[in-house]
Amino acid sequence: MADVHASTAAGTGVVAHDVHAHHPRQQHHFYSMDQQLEASTLGMWVFLVTEIMFFGGLFMAYLLYRYWYPEAWAAGSNHLNVLMGGLNTAVLICSSLTMALAVRSAQVGSRMGQVVNLILTILLGATFLVVKYFEYAEKFKHHLVPGVNFDPALPRPEQLFFSLYFIMTGIHALHMVIGIGIMLVMLVWAARGRFGPSYYGPVEVSGLYWHFVDIVWIFLFPLLYLLGAHLGHGGA
Amino acid sequence: MTTAPVQEPRNSYLDAPHGIASWLLTKDHKRIAMLYLISITIFFAIGGLFALGIRLELLTPKGDLVPGDTYNKLFTLHGVIMIFFFLIPSIPATLGNFFVPIMVGAKDLAFPRINLLSWYLYVIGGIIALAAVAGGGLDTGWTFYTPYSTQASQTSVTLAAMAAFTAGFSSILTGFNFIVTIHRMRAPGLTWFRLPLFIWAQYATSLVMILGTPVIAITLTLLMAERSLGFPIFDPKIGGDPVLFQHLFWFYSHPAVYIMILPGMGVVSELVASISRKQIFGYAFVAFSSLAIAILGFLVWGHHLFVSSQSIYAGLVFSIITMLVAVPSAVKTFNWAATMYKGAITWESPTYWVIGFMGLFLIGGLTGLFLATLGLDIHLTDTYFVVAHFHYIMVGGAIMAFLGGLHFWWPKMTGRMYPEPLAKASAILVFVGFNLTFFPQFLLGYLGMPRRYHEYPPEFQVLNVASTGGATILGLGYGLCLVYLLWSLKKGQIAPANPWGAKGLEWEKTQSPPTTFNFDEDVIVTEPAYNYAGTKVHHG
Amino acid sequence: MPTHFPLFPPTASTVAVEMDLLYLFITAVCAFFAILVVAVIAFFTIKYRRRTPDAVGADIHGSLMLELTWTFIPFVLSMVMFGWGASLFFRLASPPANAMELFVVGKQWMWKVQHPEGVREINEMHVPIGRPVRVTLGSEDVLHDYFIPAFRVKMDAVPGKVTTLWFEATEVGTYHIFCAEYCGTKHSGMIGQVIVMTPQDYEAWLAGGKSTGTAVQNGERLFTDLACVTCHKPDSTGRGPSLLGVFGSTVTLTDGRKVVADENYLRESIMNSQAKIVAGYQGIMPTFQGMVTEENLLQLIAYIKTLKPAAPAGGQGK
Repeated sequence: MADVHASTAAGTGVVAHDVHAHHPRQQHHFYSMDQQLEASTLGMWVFLVTEIMFFGGLFMAYLLYRYWYPEAWAAGSNHLNVLMGGLNTAVLICSSLTMALAVRSAQVGSRMGQVVNLILTILLGATFLVVKYFEYAEKFKHHLVPGVNFDPALPRPEQLFFSLYFIMTGIHALHMVIGIGIMLVMLVWAARGRFGPSYYGPVEVSGLYWHFVDIVWIFLFPLLYLLGAHLGHGGA
Repeated sequence: MTTAPVQEPRNSYLDAPHGIASWLLTKDHKRIAMLYLISITIFFAIGGLFALGIRLELLTPKGDLVPGDTYNKLFTLHGVIMIFFFLIPSIPATLGNFFVPIMVGAKDLAFPRINLLSWYLYVIGGIIALAAVAGGGLDTGWTFYTPYSTQASQTSVTLAAMAAFTAGFSSILTGFNFIVTIHRMRAPGLTWFRLPLFIWAQYATSLVMILGTPVIAITLTLLMAERSLGFPIFDPKIGGDPVLFQHLFWFYSHPAVYIMILPGMGVVSELVASISRKQIFGYAFVAFSSLAIAILGFLVWGHHLFVSSQSIYAGLVFSIITMLVAVPSAVKTFNWAATMYKGAITWESPTYWVIGFMGLFLIGGLTGLFLATLGLDIHLTDTYFVVAHFHYIMVGGAIMAFLGGLHFWWPKMTGRMYPEPLAKASAILVFVGFNLTFFPQFLLGYLGMPRRYHEYPPEFQVLNVASTGGATILGLGYGLCLVYLLWSLKKGQIAPANPWGAKGLEWEKTQSPPTTFNFDEDVIVTEPAYNYAGTKVHHG
Repeated sequence: MPTHFPLFPPTASTVAVEMDLLYLFITAVCAFFAILVVAVIAFFTIKYRRRTPDAVGADIHGSLMLELTWTFIPFVLSMVMFGWGASLFFRLASPPANAMELFVVGKQWMWKVQHPEGVREINEMHVPIGRPVRVTLGSEDVLHDYFIPAFRVKMDAVPGKVTTLWFEATEVGTYHIFCAEYCGTKHSGMIGQVIVMTPQDYEAWLAGGKSTGTAVQNGERLFTDLACVTCHKPDSTGRGPSLLGVFGSTVTLTDGRKVVADENYLRESIMNSQAKIVAGYQGIMPTFQGMVTEENLLQLIAYIKTLKPAAPAGGQGK
């Protein structure tokens, strides 16, 4: 511990306020860029934990009803379009790659790398949403929307499946929209040369968020789309 | 008490910068704390008015003051406002926001703008709540149980659920800010075991906030989806289970009660140390007990479901863990008492609030054991016994701790002293009024008076009248408090930096009130908390 | 306003005494510790009051011995409370086999009670003293709760499920029934009376009451009217499984799961037939949701419970 000067209030040492050059992006309440980066990263991880708990409630409801109504669950799953879901899975995995490359580009200071990869990430995210739109439209056409036009000939618990389907994928899609919004901001900043080896925190934490949204989909896809094939039954 | 003449401090966070825009766009954690203090006081008053309506109706056995539907809205809104808009933010958003950075030796929280955002979310949630009140009210009970809330209620359920959702998001942001601050912004030399116990308590509270609150958010989302979009989730006619709602709801709402009491326990630790001028007895045990309560608190939610058709084996598990969660609270209480042994105890006003807390929290916590006991809970659940139990903890415990902390830190936060005799009188009025209001309710509960009743059999009247009488005294106590605290802002004696002669960074290293960046010089810590025995006391 | 008021509800059932004892035990333990802690704190604040403005307290950090002691003692006491409470809870969850059955359905804002012999009541429940009574509860709309303070029993009535409680009355008299789960406008009006009578008075009351058929008779009538009998033939020639001896037996479903055919299973099979299909059968049973009330369901269940297997060596059912 550094030499401390005794003061009238014994027990806490004081040193003169350090005068060193602050990075222009260092906020005043932090004493170093390292501390700022560590705080932002820890903050994003804590936030992602809250998101896990948020989606967790949905997974709990899904688990309970799947245990109670396996046949309705299989039937519901078989009504989903595995091709579109699979395509979306591939799209998101690719977007996580481009996101990671964007973070890397920021860390090494490549402005072109950041811009290209962020644009690709945004485009892939938008593709996901477009495919989602077509999927939802198909559900409307096939009378699979609870509370609106759900086919009464189908087993009633299948409505629970579809309620959860729309809510789970809908909230996920909302997170994608927010993610794209964040990436647009990152893109503008990256294009202006804001990030480099000494300051890339925002890109990194945005990347964490994007990867998280991708991982949620990695769970949703098999649970919703592949369940019917796994349980081996056709629809009711 | 003080020896040197005290002048108005220069450049406190209150004066510079000036103007309402500088307050509404502030990033200063201290200003945000004051913004919260004003907002939660307003909602406390609104919630209190609803309580007044409840107690007035219950003076007579017949429902003659207001129609049944109105009464149902009164108790529902009393609960929603007091829990989501007063108790949950209370200590963390006011005393926590103000003192967490100072106590860790930092210039601000880790994310000042997110802190401001959390206040705006609180205000938006509050406005939505008022819109719900104006637009038909809410009559589902603060617990929003289905299918009544999704299918039968004719009130502004979705709007009210949105209000709670928004307030919850505000709470998540506060918790997440505290966690990062405590982990990453402690001053050099400030190891975990040198932290004030208030910080340990806020840390444990923040863990609960971030892990639990998202679950109520998704539960309310499912409720709104079922009610407004017609998506069946809990509808028994489709095969859904109303009890699933109860599990999801209580998974958050039980830990929520620890969000409401843990900060209060942190305040009490600070006050007991300062009042006794002594190291808290068993510091590590008190610190770890906060974490134990936070963790165990997530494992007991099923004790709200003993008569709901939950499996009796699940009941066994929840009951035994509920017994376990009581133990750390008992440990804290014994440690506080042991701290006073061979202390140097003052009888200034904060002591009154602390002693009041001890008595009321003891009764509240012990009566939890009655409810945790399975067979007995069959008789007591859904009766006034439960109402009395939770008010003893949330009002007798949490609010007394909040007011105790507010008084203790008032000179630091505002630079003013409040009038001592009135503060003591208010503490006594609150204590007496509180007991008179809620103790009869234990008796009513065992007699069998159910909750949420606006009409009742005549043999319950005497106890109800006593309860309403107590509520009047309680209200006077709170009212008095509000009056002299407001008065002190302009007319109170100017406070020195350390009127209590207490130890702690906030007392020893900052002015009263502090400057915008808290400290004049960077802080380095070389001693444990509450190191009274090692040093001489300094006032002023 | 009454000038005297009770502090305890009437003690009118076999569990009430034990429940009151448990309550008094916990009160005594808690009162002891509360008074002890308050007295100690009061004593300390006087004995160790600050005598000079700069005085500080002694340099004491803690004591592992004390911490262990005051952790262990509350733990042990709370385990005693848990143990006693759990045993009482199990007793409350285990109706005796010879219990008399009553069916109660809650709906906003009344209680409909049906005796097996057919007599029905609204907001009143006549029961004999000295006989265990098992109440099967249902709800037609939202959550309700059947609460009889004098008997110290309480159970939620959950829509979509069947729940039960039981008691054995020990004192003749009239006692409150309350709804104890908030259910809307007239929640506090959803109250009634349980009238406990001597066995002879009860029989007399029963005989004088208007009967609309016993629960079993009504159930049998519904079984025919709703054409259940078309598929559920007594032998295995029907399109649906035979129901002889089904209640209480273990049933294997199409996906291999085995479930016990209790009241909730029967109720679900009628209302949501696709949920659990018996192995070896097709999922062709229609749903009867919307065609039967909660009371009808309880009557059908009562009837199905009486269906015993033909061969004495069957060994299934009760």
